[in-house]
Amino acid sequence: MHFDYKIRYDFVNNRKKFFTGSILLVIIGIVSLLIFQMNLGIDFKSGTTMDAVADHGVIQAEVIDVLTGLDYDEIPTVGGTNNERISVRFGEELTTDAVKEIQSALMSKFGDQMDFEVNVVSAELARELAVKTIWAILAASVLIMLYVMIRFEWRFALAANLTILYDCFVVVTLFSIFRLEVDLPFIAAVLTVLGYSINDKIVIFDRIRENLRFKPHKNAEQLQEIVNASIWQTMARNLYTVLTVFIVTFLIFLFGSESIRLFSLAILIGLVSGAYSTVCLASPLWFDLKKREKSKKPKVAGPSPKKEPVI
Amino acid sequence: MLKKRLLAFVVVVVVLFGMIAWTSPAILKDVKLGLDLKGGFEVLYEATPFEEGGTVTPEALKQTAKSLEKRINASGVSEPEVLPEGTNRIRVRLPGVTNEEEIRELLAKPINLTFRAPDGTIMLDGTDFKENSAGVVSDELNRPVVTIELKDAQQFTDVTTALVGSYLAIYLDDEEISRPNVNFPITGGSAQISLGNAERAEAEELRDLINMGSLPLKLTEKYTQSVGAKLGLDSLKSTVTAGVIGSLIVLLFMVIIFRVPGFVAGISIITYAWLLLLVHNWMGATLTLPGIAAFVLGVGIAVDANIITAERIKEEIRTGKSMFSSLKAGSKSSFRTILDANVTSIIASVALYVIGDGAIKGFALTMIFSIIVSMLTNIYLSRFLLTLLVSSNAFMKPKYFGVKEEDVRAL
Repeated sequence: MHFDYKIRYDFVNNRKKFFTGSILLVIIGIVSLLIFQMNLGIDFKSGTTMDAVADHGVIQAEVIDVLTGLDYDEIPTVGGTNNERISVRFGEELTTDAVKEIQSALMSKFGDQMDFEVNVVSAELARELAVKTIWAILAASVLIMLYVMIRFEWRFALAANLTILYDCFVVVTLFSIFRLEVDLPFIAAVLTVLGYSINDKIVIFDRIRENLRFKPHKNAEQLQEIVNASIWQTMARNLYTVLTVFIVTFLIFLFGSESIRLFSLAILIGLVSGAYSTVCLASPLWFDLKKREKSKKPKVAGPSPKKEPVI
Repeated sequence: MLKKRLLAFVVVVVVLFGMIAWTSPAILKDVKLGLDLKGGFEVLYEATPFEEGGTVTPEALKQTAKSLEKRINASGVSEPEVLPEGTNRIRVRLPGVTNEEEIRELLAKPINLTFRAPDGTIMLDGTDFKENSAGVVSDELNRPVVTIELKDAQQFTDVTTALVGSYLAIYLDDEEISRPNVNFPITGGSAQISLGNAERAEAEELRDLINMGSLPLKLTEKYTQSVGAKLGLDSLKSTVTAGVIGSLIVLLFMVIIFRVPGFVAGISIITYAWLLLLVHNWMGATLTLPGIAAFVLGVGIAVDANIITAERIKEEIRTGKSMFSSLKAGSKSSFRTILDANVTSIIASVALYVIGDGAIKGFALTMIFSIIVSMLTNIYLSRFLLTLLVSSNAFMKPKYFGVKEEDVRAL
């Protein structure tokens, strides 16, 4: 068989390493979620967050003073380029009056030129949002699976679905391990990752499908060659696309506003994971599924499928 | 003939960019900014039935949302968004609001309006009145009079008959706010409350209270978000700047790697961004922070479509085909890939749109439209422009497509 592309690295042959590595990461993720759970932000946890920006830098101790003066023992964070940004998280749902009281206390300390962002979420709503999000991801993946089954076949659908869910899980895992805050935009980010990831998988599967059509295969070795060739034929596109999206997202991560920073970080993680899972997981996974079908038919003759390939 | 095609390309691009440059300032001005960018206030209310055992019907929820909107409009806030959500929620978005406290009090005020007999028995409550039917008129002596209308005329006749010679006190929660005398039974379901020599403002307050009391549902705040105007503007500026710089780098990258197709891709992507903004405005959608993200990521999908096509054309050129047939074959085979990839992304976005609410819904909607607009510009416009260029015979060398001469095999 002849392919236009040189197979510089045999992804299919090394699939066990990738599978092992990724399964390990998933286990780490599950453990981390069980132990650390997610660092839920205001959108998923009831309570109040208050962000304030003063027209000059402030010292954390001063803010603590103001808060303790009003009988709050929450520890504020102070950040921004000039330490002008104050952020406090209250465990309870503060009333309008309580919020007003805190705001005026801060303003009498740091000046009238303060700007506030206040968010109050009730417990039941927070829970509902989390449940809804999981449903949204499951519904999206079921629909995608159906579409891929219709346009391709069930093996592609299964391989694509497992790997896009894996990508979403990687983002969740890293956010759990590094204690990064999960809020509403995070959900949007995970969903974007889902969209990008499926995009990648479709491109490579489309190539495998095309190569299968023009170059019929008789055994597992030939199938392996087709998969490897498809990976390498789409490699340039994969790298370029990931790189371009990465550049834009990375700039937003660096220079974008505070509130969008974690959002872009989640997308960056998902982007890298998506590129990896497309090449190292999705296609080899499909190969394994397809090979099983191949090895079932000619059971009578031929070497046992477990045997290592001989060169 | 060939020169003409090159000229056609130049004319198309000049006209396109002229149009973009000409309309962009107005389009940018028309973009409705969400409250996370402009500052403002958002509340999610949960509605519960006013009377025990009642249910929240979709009509009641809609009516309540309408009444809320009326109240907000009356207070002078521009462009409020009041959306019934799910079965029992109402989301209120007030971008640009500065007198947040007042409005919130106005909306959140617990309305428990009752009409009581002198012994304290509740004879009527707010829900017995027709919604938003109370008004203020002047009597012949130019004194303000509050007009009311009841749902059940017979009930009102009974109540007033029982209280002739006495009074029907109006209570807001446990506070008596007015004590009109009942001189004779009132039939027909409508009545006037004269307030003597009261100021007109006083009459208007009573009217508003009765109207609010007729609001069929009780509202509790479940979620609130308020953003200061400066904070919002900072977010907008830095995010947009980062997005624009990133996009410019990507365009440059495209030209360096893919040469002619990369240049064409740049034209398509700029057109795409312009069209998307236009569609966004036509739909009356509000641009929020996640929306900008969806927007910028849409650029990613747009770039991808161009990369897939350009890579395919490169492959075809390497097999030794002519430029024109490489373009044809490359466009054809990449089309199916892009279509499948984009349709799956749309499917994912639709699921989000249906299940999610609030910011997620907005994000999903922007994604859906950005993918559709992306397919139009980055498949069809790119292909059209490339065909013009290639058929003009001006760019016939493989290097114009980012392919090295020595990589091209003989057929």
